[in-house]
Amino acid sequence: MKDLLIGNAAVARGLYEAGCAVISSYPGTPSTEITEFFSKYDDVYSEWAPNEKVAMEAAFGSALRGKRSACCMKHVGLNVAADPLFTMSYTGVNAGIVICVADDPGMHSSQNEQDSRHYAIAAKLPMLEPSDSQEALDFAKLAYEISEEYDTPVLLKMCTRVAHSQSIVALGERQEITKEYTKNPQKYIMTPGNAIRRHPFVEERTKKLTEYAETSPLNRIEEGDGSHDFGIITSSTSYQYVKEAFGDSVSVLKLGMINPLPVKLIKDFAAKVGKVYVIEELDPIVETHCKNIGVDVIGKDKFSILGEFSQKSIEQAFEMADKTVFALDTDIPVRPPMMCSGCPHRGMYYVLAKNKITVLGDIGCYTLGAAPPLNALDMTLCMGASVSGIHGYNKAGGEETENKTVCVIGDSTFMHSGVTGLINIAYNQSNSTVIILDNSITGMTGHQQNPTTGYSIKGDPAGKVNLEDLCHSIGINSVRVVDPYKLEECERVLKEELAKNEPSVIISRRPCVLLKYVKPKKPLWVNPEKCRGCKKCMKFGCPSISFRDGHAVVDETLCVGCGVCAQLCPFDAFESEVPAND
Amino acid sequence: MTKNIMIVGVGGQGSLLASKLLGRLLVDEGYDVKVSEVHGMSQRGGSVVTYVRFGDKVYSPVIEDGEADFIVSFEKIEAARYVQNLKKDGIIIVNTQQIDPMPVIIGSATYPADIINEMKSKGIHVDDIDALSMANEAGSSKACNIVLMGRLAKYFDMPKEKWIAAIEKCVKPQFVEINKKAFELGYNC
Repeated sequence: MKDLLIGNAAVARGLYEAGCAVISSYPGTPSTEITEFFSKYDDVYSEWAPNEKVAMEAAFGSALRGKRSACCMKHVGLNVAADPLFTMSYTGVNAGIVICVADDPGMHSSQNEQDSRHYAIAAKLPMLEPSDSQEALDFAKLAYEISEEYDTPVLLKMCTRVAHSQSIVALGERQEITKEYTKNPQKYIMTPGNAIRRHPFVEERTKKLTEYAETSPLNRIEEGDGSHDFGIITSSTSYQYVKEAFGDSVSVLKLGMINPLPVKLIKDFAAKVGKVYVIEELDPIVETHCKNIGVDVIGKDKFSILGEFSQKSIEQAFEMADKTVFALDTDIPVRPPMMCSGCPHRGMYYVLAKNKITVLGDIGCYTLGAAPPLNALDMTLCMGASVSGIHGYNKAGGEETENKTVCVIGDSTFMHSGVTGLINIAYNQSNSTVIILDNSITGMTGHQQNPTTGYSIKGDPAGKVNLEDLCHSIGINSVRVVDPYKLEECERVLKEELAKNEPSVIISRRPCVLLKYVKPKKPLWVNPEKCRGCKKCMKFGCPSISFRDGHAVVDETLCVGCGVCAQLCPFDAFESEVPAND
Repeated sequence: MTKNIMIVGVGGQGSLLASKLLGRLLVDEGYDVKVSEVHGMSQRGGSVVTYVRFGDKVYSPVIEDGEADFIVSFEKIEAARYVQNLKKDGIIIVNTQQIDPMPVIIGSATYPADIINEMKSKGIHVDDIDALSMANEAGSSKACNIVLMGRLAKYFDMPKEKWIAAIEKCVKPQFVEINKKAFELGYNC
């Protein structure tokens, strides 16, 4: 059977066909759909873990017990899971483990542009890199065979274009794999005495995997039918751009295994062609390897270290003719992403901006509060850093900062790594005010459940962390709950908590307006006889409100009737009953 | 020969269903197909773009400057934003709906007043239609995407029935009738 699947769905299918029985992941664009698609199969176990480190360790446990397992994350998630990763390289596996990591060149939805291939080198693990959906499926299956044959976790590296592009895939059948668990302290207890004996195994394994890379079908030479003046070494989505630009005219060494890299295969390829170009997105990993083994190549001197490639970037580098394009004289205004109409975060941000509060932010939809007109954020670094960061900020700032600084963090991000920062605030007692923006879902990645929602990945009832009890139990005495649709309440509680001389938590609680169970209210309308065009409502940044002919106007197709704008209007111009049209 | 279609609009307008429909149709016709879009941050009311490519063998999932045979735009200035992707003899289908981006809402930029005529004056083949009104006529403003697919179908050498069959496969049963009506309105206007 053939189907049109995004790369991530094809990975999920590959994991499933290979007999993967347990998947544990934390959502992150562009990796989220792997786990979502996998969770649709009912004969396997799937879960969202609180963070990537927990997910990877759960996958390790499953493989130790004898069931093939997987965990998936975005590139920065692998930083969180780096601790188990490096030592799992030493223990190896019982049943196979596949770790899917998705890079985001061009930073469509990420805070940095790091190249995950460095991790494969640093942790001495094999890494496969598919270039389309069929390879995503095939490589996921092959990864388990490599994992068990060479006794190693295997990294499967995706990138945004491969993860989110659909191409045609042939589906196969699932196989069931179970390995016996036997106690083996020398292999699985990584005390220094055991680990020191495992390290030589790791080095030996890399040698064997390098031999495999020389002849594996993962790496292949496609002989060009044109000039052999030059050849190209490439992988992943860059391979597709090379083929788009050159067709079959140029010889290509297409790498599907990016660590360890072959030596003889590269030298043989270089000997057959004149110049050798290495075309890879982000860092010069393949280029550096080629230079280290004495093969003279041209890489980052010609192809950018920044962002995504396309056929155009390759055509330009080779000075192929530009295509003619239309150009307009008018400047087109940018259209940045923004918080939705009725987004509960907006009310709290309005109150913070109005009171000129310094706000340390975190990772999620609420990062959009940094944009005009609210401009509400001062800092965003990584998952959880708002809570840990405000502690240091207030320790340094003391009384100068404590009563005019807060941090904001979503419910899922708080579970991921905010809670440890809050424990530090409680333990080392900084006078910090932490706002948990609890919208009862993981929003930005497309509505995944988390430990605070009370539902599992499949939507079944699950354990539920009570945020108030959790905060109290770690030593925060002052925990308040507000409704971000009520501006006066938010402002009053904010001022009270900032004034206190102790750590405090404000839970700003209202479910994401996009959740299915949240029913929109009737749209508001602006009574033009009352509206005086003061534009106070425009400072709030609601996409439903625009300004036409001297008055505010509500777009009734977008408005969900949250009523926050009505609280801002000094003239009561926002009304809930639209007059009958006669 | 690979054909290139871009679907552009504002996050939340329903371009996903349009690309799903095209993908289904083209796979059923036996083409090699690639469909590419970016999820995540850009869906929150930002500018969104989907690439659909089909032919005997498709490599790149993206469409670059001067390569699109068709651009289907769900919004006026989004058509203008991506016009450099259009081939010289390409066709751009535009829904004449205006959705103000945040810089316009807060008054730091103005919405271009006459962008459709400017495109036409540059010799661009613009097919502008009021898809929103037709979608409302069909029974839901959300059917705008299928009105535009109906319009696109006019330029394709493919029987209308195949498009209808693809709609039946891609749309939830309770919405099939509205979407079939929306398709006809776009096709016949």
